[in-house]
Amino acid sequence: MSPLQVLRVAVRALLRNKMRSFLTTLGVIIGVSAVIAMVAIGEGAKARVEEAFASMGSNLLVVLSGTTSASGAHGGFGSMPTLTWDDLKAIRSEASAVRYASPQLRSNQQVISEDQNWATSINGVSPEYLLMRTWPVAMGSPISQSDIEAGSKVVLLGQTVVDKLFGSNADPTGQSVRIQKVPFQIIGVLARKGQSATGQDYDDAAFIPYTTFQAKIQGGLQKFIAGALMVSAVSSEATTRAQNQIATLLRDRHHTPIGADDDFSIRNLTEMASAQQEGVKTLTTLLASIAAVSLIVGGIGIMNIMLVSVTERTREIGIRMAVGARPRDVLSQFLVEALALSFAGGIIGILLGLLAANRLAANFGWPILIRLDVILIAVGFSGLVGVVFGLYPAQKASRLDPIEALRYE
Amino acid sequence: MGKPLIEASKVSKVYRMGDVDVHALRDVSLTISEGESVAVMGPSGSGKSTLMNILGCLDRPSSGGYWLVGDEVSRLDRNALARLRNRTLGFVFQSFNLLSRTTALENVELPLLYAGVSARERHARAREALEHVGLGERMHHHPNQMSGGQQQRVAVARALVTRPRLIVADEPTGNLDSRTSVEIMALFQELGRSGITLLLVTHEADIARYASRVVVMHDGRVQSDQRQTPLRAEPIPAGAEAAP
Repeated sequence: MSPLQVLRVAVRALLRNKMRSFLTTLGVIIGVSAVIAMVAIGEGAKARVEEAFASMGSNLLVVLSGTTSASGAHGGFGSMPTLTWDDLKAIRSEASAVRYASPQLRSNQQVISEDQNWATSINGVSPEYLLMRTWPVAMGSPISQSDIEAGSKVVLLGQTVVDKLFGSNADPTGQSVRIQKVPFQIIGVLARKGQSATGQDYDDAAFIPYTTFQAKIQGGLQKFIAGALMVSAVSSEATTRAQNQIATLLRDRHHTPIGADDDFSIRNLTEMASAQQEGVKTLTTLLASIAAVSLIVGGIGIMNIMLVSVTERTREIGIRMAVGARPRDVLSQFLVEALALSFAGGIIGILLGLLAANRLAANFGWPILIRLDVILIAVGFSGLVGVVFGLYPAQKASRLDPIEALRYE
Repeated sequence: MGKPLIEASKVSKVYRMGDVDVHALRDVSLTISEGESVAVMGPSGSGKSTLMNILGCLDRPSSGGYWLVGDEVSRLDRNALARLRNRTLGFVFQSFNLLSRTTALENVELPLLYAGVSARERHARAREALEHVGLGERMHHHPNQMSGGQQQRVAVARALVTRPRLIVADEPTGNLDSRTSVEIMALFQELGRSGITLLLVTHEADIARYASRVVVMHDGRVQSDQRQTPLRAEPIPAGAEAAP
């Protein structure tokens, strides 16, 4: 018998008992739709976490200066400048896993327009800084390398600062603001970035060339960097490598003896991201395994009904054997019936699962992400369930003695 | 008489029932030539059904040799037996054994399905076989829509659709009235004239008279084996059933 004929015979046998076939597949339908819906929700949550961390910037490391301890009181990280401008140059040129590096000099200052003022954080940065944080300019132009070299008095404003000084939706490009009595020309406004997980408003900030910051805002301390370094690795996989390269480089440059503590610290933002993602992944795995259990229960349902079916159709099996069906023909017939049941359940389950995921997403505003590979795995798994749980009843059928089977009432 | 189709030599069959061995057949030797129609008779428990199962390749002997068209059947595995049943044999049973909720045409096609015959040829041959047994009008009827005689004729069509050498019939008239029984026997005699060998198990002496040879079994042994001039079953013309 050709596979197509086997399939036709199987489908006809199943259609003879429509209600029973449907109820049998119900277990698989529920199992598969649960897998699809649960994984879609889990993946959606993961994507949302990833997105949240991407808005912070990708593959970022923050290098902070060392600590002071005066009269037993320990200052925090960065309280004692240990990082030099030469360190920055060395990181840029020698650490191969590093793509960008920028100083981040920070000071809270009053920004004054013609008729308003607002206290915000003034950041002295290089042009790479905003690239690292994947933060585009909404209006005007970004800080350029020539601004750095010339120490231009130019400023990029965050949206919140614009709202406070000029009103929302204003375009202040070209106007001036004063910071510490120094007039700065507004060259651009940054795109709105929103809030951090802890509620900090990313848009409440202004950015100026770090050379200008050194000369006009900070004063003094020209050899050391009075702030932090922000570094991005060439890829997310390379962040750990970049971290190690920078640590080695800085210990070497600072002549730190072996065994002594670092006089700087490096924070890996991707570690936080991956910890969060781990949490979501655990959740997804949990949901998926619950769904998988229901698939197995569905498989047992199929086995149960197939066993009943074999017993019920003993005489039919006998007739088929008498007219020349080989054990193999009988085996494949019942196996294909089980497979057809589980596949049909799989297909219906996918449709229901996608529907359920969409409804959940619409009703509760949960993000969902439907992945093709998950769908394929669910179909494959339901097929596997069919084979595994259909094999025993099918073997039982194929091993029947034709004489006994024909006599069966 | 043609050349031997069936050669059974000292065939025995022993069943184990708990601690006792039941000897269903004891050293039965039988040769049946091509074209013969053999009625196997005997009381229940005489071993006639066991003999039929073995000769019909549904079962294998415990000892002894059985050759069917030159093949040593007692040595074949289940797959080869299935192939023999499919290609060389046709079965007709007392209780018809048609697949329910399946049309006459599909029932007749069944052996061809396992023989790997193409759909087009299956249809054509099944149609031809049903017309041959006079059921050309009822091809799409299900068994429960047909009388016993019609169902048995579907079964005969199913047995002959593979163009077998041997038809094995187990009490084929057991569930039929005498008039329908004669119809079925007429059908078998017609098949016999076209060269098909018939092995008929029956306990009715009336039916055995239509065979050319009668083998009587007793206690697992052949008690008598006699040739006779078969009584000719009067074929009833189509449509005559309705006549008074």
